[in-house]
Amino acid sequence: MTETMSPEEEVDQRWQKFAHGFPYSRELGLLPQSVRPDGCVLKLDYQEKLVGDPNTRVLHGGIITALLDAAFGFSIFVKLPELRPMATLDLRIDYLKPATPDKAVLGCAVCCKLTPELAFVRGCAYHESPDDPIATAVGIYMFTDGSSVLRNEDVTR
Amino acid sequence: MKFSDLLTSCRASNDLSPLVQSIPYASFLNLRIDIKGDEFTCILPYDQELIGNPVLPALHGGATGGFLECAGLFYLLWKVDTKTLPKTIDFNIDYLRTGQPRDTYANVVMVKLGRRVANLRIEAWQASPDKPIALGHCNFMLGA
Repeated sequence: MTETMSPEEEVDQRWQKFAHGFPYSRELGLLPQSVRPDGCVLKLDYQEKLVGDPNTRVLHGGIITALLDAAFGFSIFVKLPELRPMATLDLRIDYLKPATPDKAVLGCAVCCKLTPELAFVRGCAYHESPDDPIATAVGIYMFTDGSSVLRNEDVTR
Repeated sequence: MKFSDLLTSCRASNDLSPLVQSIPYASFLNLRIDIKGDEFTCILPYDQELIGNPVLPALHGGATGGFLECAGLFYLLWKVDTKTLPKTIDFNIDYLRTGQPRDTYANVVMVKLGRRVANLRIEAWQASPDKPIALGHCNFMLGA
C-alpha cells in the first residue's frame, strides 16, 4: 500500500479489479466494500435469480455460503505479503435468521491466525450491523503452493 | 400452482425438475436431479461461471457449498412429507479435494429424521463416489 492513497482508493484500484478475477464471485456480483488487514467486507446486492424460497423471496443459504467464502478469502489475502493460492479446508455456517428480501447482504471476515500452512477465519453475514447477523461462520483455509513464501518474522506461531 | 401442490405432484412423478425450476438459485445453478428407485443423485453441471480459482482451475468453494445445500434440500423435499421448504440451521463443509472443471454429483444420507429436525450427510464427488471432493453435514428445520 502506498502512503499517498486513502484506504478507499486502495479498495477501488486494487481489489475491485482483483474481485473480477474470480468467475463465480463476478457472476454473483460480489463487490469489496472495505478491504483492510483488520477485516474485510464484501457486498452482495439482492438479486431475484439468487432466491431460495419463491414464496418469501429470501436468498438461498448457498449464496450466504458463497459470500462468506469469498470474504474469508479476501481477509486472508490482505494479510499476506504476497498472494498465495489456497483452498477452503473447512467451513461452518450457522443460519440465525433469514435475509430480508430486496436488501443487500454484507459479508465481513477477519483472519484471526496465519500459520505457514493454514489460515483461520471468522466472520458473519448481515444487513445493517454485524451485531445483528443473518449467519455466523468460521473457516479454515490451506495454502496449496506447498512451501511458504511468508518470512518467519511475519508469522507468529 | 401452490408450492405444496407442486411438491405433491413432483413426489408422485419422481420428477423434481419443476421444483428445481421454481427455486431461482437452484435453476441458476442448472441443477439436475436423478432419482432411480431409492437412489437420489443431485447433479451440478460444469459451467465456467462456477470457477473460483481460474489459475488451477478449481470450482469456487461457495459454489460447491451452495450445491451441497441444494442437494440436501431437494433430498428432504423428495423424502419427507413437508408442505413447506425446510430451513437450514447450520452447515458444515469439509473440502477434501480440488473441484475439477467438470460435472459434480451429490448423494445424501439421512443420519437422523426427527419430528422437527433432519440431520443429513451429503457427499459431493466427480470422478468416483469413493473419492468425494466435499462433505456436508447439516441440520434442517422441517416445516409443517
